[in-house]
Amino acid sequence: MIDNRKIESERFLPDKDIENCGLFGVMNTSGTRFGGEMAINAIKNMKVRGNGLGGGFAIYGLYPQYKDYYALHVMYENKNDEAKKNAEQFLHENFYVVYDEEIPTNPEVDVFCPPLVWRYFITPHKKEINGVSEDEYVISRVMDMNKYMQDVYVFSSGKDMGVFKGVGFPEEIADYFMLDKLYEGHIWTVHSRFPTNTPGWWGGAHPFSILDWTVVHNGEISSYGTNRRFLELHNFYCTLYTDTEVMAYAVDLLMRRQKLPIEVVSKIFAPPMWNSIKYMKEREKQLYTTLRMVYAPLLMNGPFTVVIANQEEMIGLTDRIRLRPITAGAKDDFVFLSSEEGAIRYVCPDLELAWTPPGGEPVVARLNSKDHLKSLNKSV
Amino acid sequence: MYSHLLPEFVVERREDRCIRCRACERQCPNGVHVYDSDLDTMFSLEENCVGCQRCAVICPTNALSVRHHPAEYRKNSSWTRDRFQNLKKQAETGGVVLTGSGNDKSYRIYWDHLVLNASQVTNPSIDPLREPMELKTFIGRKPDTLKINMEDGEPRVESELHPNLELETPIVFSAMSYGAISYRAYKSLARAAKESGTLFNTGEGGLPAEMRAEFGSNAVVQCASGRFGVDKDYLNSAAMLEIKIGQGAKPGIGGHLPGEKVAEHIAVTRMIPRGTDALSPAPQHDIYSIEDLSMLIYALKEATNYEKPVSVKVAAVHNVAAIASGIVRAGADIVAIDGLRGGTGAAPLATRDNVGIPMELALAAVDKRLRDEGIRNKCSILAASGIRCSSDVIKAIALGADAVYIGTAALVAMGCTLCQKCYTGKCAWGICTQDPYLVKRLNPEISTQRLVNLLSGWSHEIKEMLGGMGINAVESLRGNREHLRGIGLQEWELNTLGVKGAGE
Amino acid sequence: MNELNLKFGFRDNFLEGVRQPEELEQFVKTCGQQAEIDAQNLRHKEINDLIRDTAKRQIKHIILRNVCGHRYIGTRLSNSEGETVKIDVYNYAGNDLGVFLDGHHINVYGNAQDGVGNTMNSGEIVVHGKAADVAAMSMRGGKVFIRDNVGYRAAIHMKEYKDKVPVLVIGGTAQDFFGEYMAGGKVILLGLNLKEGEMHRANYIGTGMHGGVIYLRGNVKDSQLGKEVGIRPLDEEDKEIVEKYVKEYCSHFNCDPGEILNSEFKKLLPVSSRPYGKIYAY
Repeated sequence: MIDNRKIESERFLPDKDIENCGLFGVMNTSGTRFGGEMAINAIKNMKVRGNGLGGGFAIYGLYPQYKDYYALHVMYENKNDEAKKNAEQFLHENFYVVYDEEIPTNPEVDVFCPPLVWRYFITPHKKEINGVSEDEYVISRVMDMNKYMQDVYVFSSGKDMGVFKGVGFPEEIADYFMLDKLYEGHIWTVHSRFPTNTPGWWGGAHPFSILDWTVVHNGEISSYGTNRRFLELHNFYCTLYTDTEVMAYAVDLLMRRQKLPIEVVSKIFAPPMWNSIKYMKEREKQLYTTLRMVYAPLLMNGPFTVVIANQEEMIGLTDRIRLRPITAGAKDDFVFLSSEEGAIRYVCPDLELAWTPPGGEPVVARLNSKDHLKSLNKSV
Repeated sequence: MYSHLLPEFVVERREDRCIRCRACERQCPNGVHVYDSDLDTMFSLEENCVGCQRCAVICPTNALSVRHHPAEYRKNSSWTRDRFQNLKKQAETGGVVLTGSGNDKSYRIYWDHLVLNASQVTNPSIDPLREPMELKTFIGRKPDTLKINMEDGEPRVESELHPNLELETPIVFSAMSYGAISYRAYKSLARAAKESGTLFNTGEGGLPAEMRAEFGSNAVVQCASGRFGVDKDYLNSAAMLEIKIGQGAKPGIGGHLPGEKVAEHIAVTRMIPRGTDALSPAPQHDIYSIEDLSMLIYALKEATNYEKPVSVKVAAVHNVAAIASGIVRAGADIVAIDGLRGGTGAAPLATRDNVGIPMELALAAVDKRLRDEGIRNKCSILAASGIRCSSDVIKAIALGADAVYIGTAALVAMGCTLCQKCYTGKCAWGICTQDPYLVKRLNPEISTQRLVNLLSGWSHEIKEMLGGMGINAVESLRGNREHLRGIGLQEWELNTLGVKGAGE
Repeated sequence: MNELNLKFGFRDNFLEGVRQPEELEQFVKTCGQQAEIDAQNLRHKEINDLIRDTAKRQIKHIILRNVCGHRYIGTRLSNSEGETVKIDVYNYAGNDLGVFLDGHHINVYGNAQDGVGNTMNSGEIVVHGKAADVAAMSMRGGKVFIRDNVGYRAAIHMKEYKDKVPVLVIGGTAQDFFGEYMAGGKVILLGLNLKEGEMHRANYIGTGMHGGVIYLRGNVKDSQLGKEVGIRPLDEEDKEIVEKYVKEYCSHFNCDPGEILNSEFKKLLPVSSRPYGKIYAY
């Protein structure tokens, strides 16, 4: 995966991926699990937003029977058995592996060069290893595997959740992994990709995940280089060269490590203009001035819409001048986020609410709350 | 006028030859030549001179020569005369320095570091004067394979093809809008394209209604960010549609056609009120990403019942190869790439001279990328910017272009001398102006003929060079980099161009 | 990237699997001068093929059922003989509704998405709901009525030309960059859903505006306006214009024009027809 020359010079870093797309997310805020029908049909409705080069799903509340274990989804490129042996040896050395199996797939579905995909439910041998928390330990081991092992790619590593992704239109990926038949969850996010590089690599599809955080993203972040260099200061080294990866690491840094609330993080990614800050009340002015000053390198400049999720939350956010579309919708306990309203209507004809949040204003759907309605007041 | 600026040019008048005919005075739109009747002498206001050479070639006694002004600042490699002058202009106005035509900086011109092959002994060269030599080119999307049915033992094509256009020579006039250039210049391009079996491009200034029936089948009509004159009639009158995303001379920025250039007929063609600024926004506001581009491509196809190929023109920028791949996957039939040296009627100097990459490198990268992805035949590539001669054309084709766009070369054929003052609207050659007095200088019959001559001269040269390589159909040279070698290029440049060094 | 030495190649998201109109006849029901098309399982091109073919059969009223994000409705229809078609859309029209529309009438009984009336030439679009971003972008003629709100950049670069003066009437409020780059046309923003004392929230209203006019009911702060925009009171001619289009709005959506017209309107005008005339050093 990694070209050693890149250590010599940034000149040899691969080109960044341009990845525009359609995205969709649905959450049941009471935590009730449901099947994949809505997510699959919605993204199918937006087929023209992708180009068949990648599709993927993230599902939360996926493995209740193993919810205390990290669920690793691993793809073995070229169905490389040797790689699998090495990876499994590594896993057994570093973790207690409670259960593993091949992720079932439908052989009837014709997809492009599928890798062998396996899942492992694991836990570290100790709660804390050399002062490093479980989470950090898992992240670092996963990163090691992705960096150093040939033909091995761990694409999902959270608890009670999983990512399924590959090359093709998302509905083909769903068919291949039989998502609508086999799985339920309380959050489904899905991504239909329109990329311009690495066609044909399954790991390049989205969502991108780090522990139980997943990101699906539409747009192209013009500040990518600035963001990436800032993340490197905090020991996040990008390996995929995508905006989504940068976004995911930034979320991990700010929300998981630095424990900032999403309401603040969204204002770091998509801060108000200086011209708006000028007219704010003193306390707000100070807050936003400080945020922009301190986190300037994490301003995500350029068009984006993201749907970020973890076990508790599903968050939708656009850039500060809303160059990419997002529509939010709600009915009963269901909250929807989508690139196009039509897709929500297609899977939920009796939708109660549909709204368009302004740029930089997050829609936060939380378990057992109505927090998503907060953004409604600021929306049209 | 500006204070404290040195004149750019000096006008030397040989008094022994000057007959006081005052032709120079009448011909100069900038008021350089002044006649004093009391003294019976011609004077020169040199600070107004733009160096267009109109007076020098008009002067019946060859009394005039216009050359760079000898006045110099103290020699300084960093603070050149250009920088001084521009800085002083800005200090005086607080404005953005404008310029016209293409980048004139000394960035490497790769055409001049590539040489062509010829047949010797192992296969015969071909003489195009007597043997057939084919330049016919189809541009548009091609299928990967054909479905052929045998009917009574005769094969018949079953597949439905995407629309393609037939060019007699792989040279197309690039986008120059009516409004930026005069009606006569614009129509000369249209007539020359029709006569030569190729295409002209309307730019974003619309296609005058009275020209549609006659020249529509040779017109590429643009749908750009200003959407000037874009309606269903306009789209359906053309042979091909082009979505203009960017222009090599000014990637990433929009354009302003000043109100004083928007005369009645231009206003009608652009469908805007007379005398208002025609502002083209920087982006198309319905395209903020690749899937939005796909939306507009299919909107245009919907509007024309899927009967016309759609081109997408982008400026050559850093990741142009990835962008081109996205454009093809978004449904475009043609990708047009406009490089660093592409011309313009007006652009901020800072942008023109500093943004974008040379077309040769961009073209090579795009062609390779599309081949690597297996989608090269899904589109045709039109290469634009800085094509000066037939050998540039043939080298572009060998690097992977299906055809080239020429703009500056066509203007030069009509009379342009690249004085770079297009934005002033005072073109002494009657090309880039709407002043009724100036536009009359361009005789449309003559300029049409000059353009036709240019295409036929170049085509002939291309045939000679193709024949020399032992090739008798231009498609056999397309992307055939075996026929190119680099001279004086570094390793990375050869790699990007995908050509061997000379002797390798 | 794979041991099979395969190239991924090309997937056509738009045309792959699109059926020929002959195969889709079961989705069209004709009854005299009227036809109904069931869009439930139709792709973007398929529905527009059917609309085109139906209109060719001299049917002047087409009802589309189960529309959910279908794009380009109305775009394919030509208007060469000046014969227009009325299309009723149930319920959720997709992006680029009526892009390049030429004289036809479209009613949407539901919400519309991005790009309603994009580069529209003539005709009428009535949306019984809201519209998303870039509504009436680069519109040059005809009328668009949106009952509720519009998203970002409504009326961006709308322009007028001789007798072609586009009109956009919005019942609700708008998001940022409303009327950006406007070069002509008339835009009326009614703010009917604003609460007592609530202001419009759009920022950068009319930024870069150099033609046309915005009539605005409800309040905005000066800081919400672009620097190219000035506020004026309405004169008699303006009042007539507002009255005319508010009445049309009310007739489309069954509401009382009297109350709306009794409230105060502001007129937003460009301060210059050449906002960028002075930024260059020649």
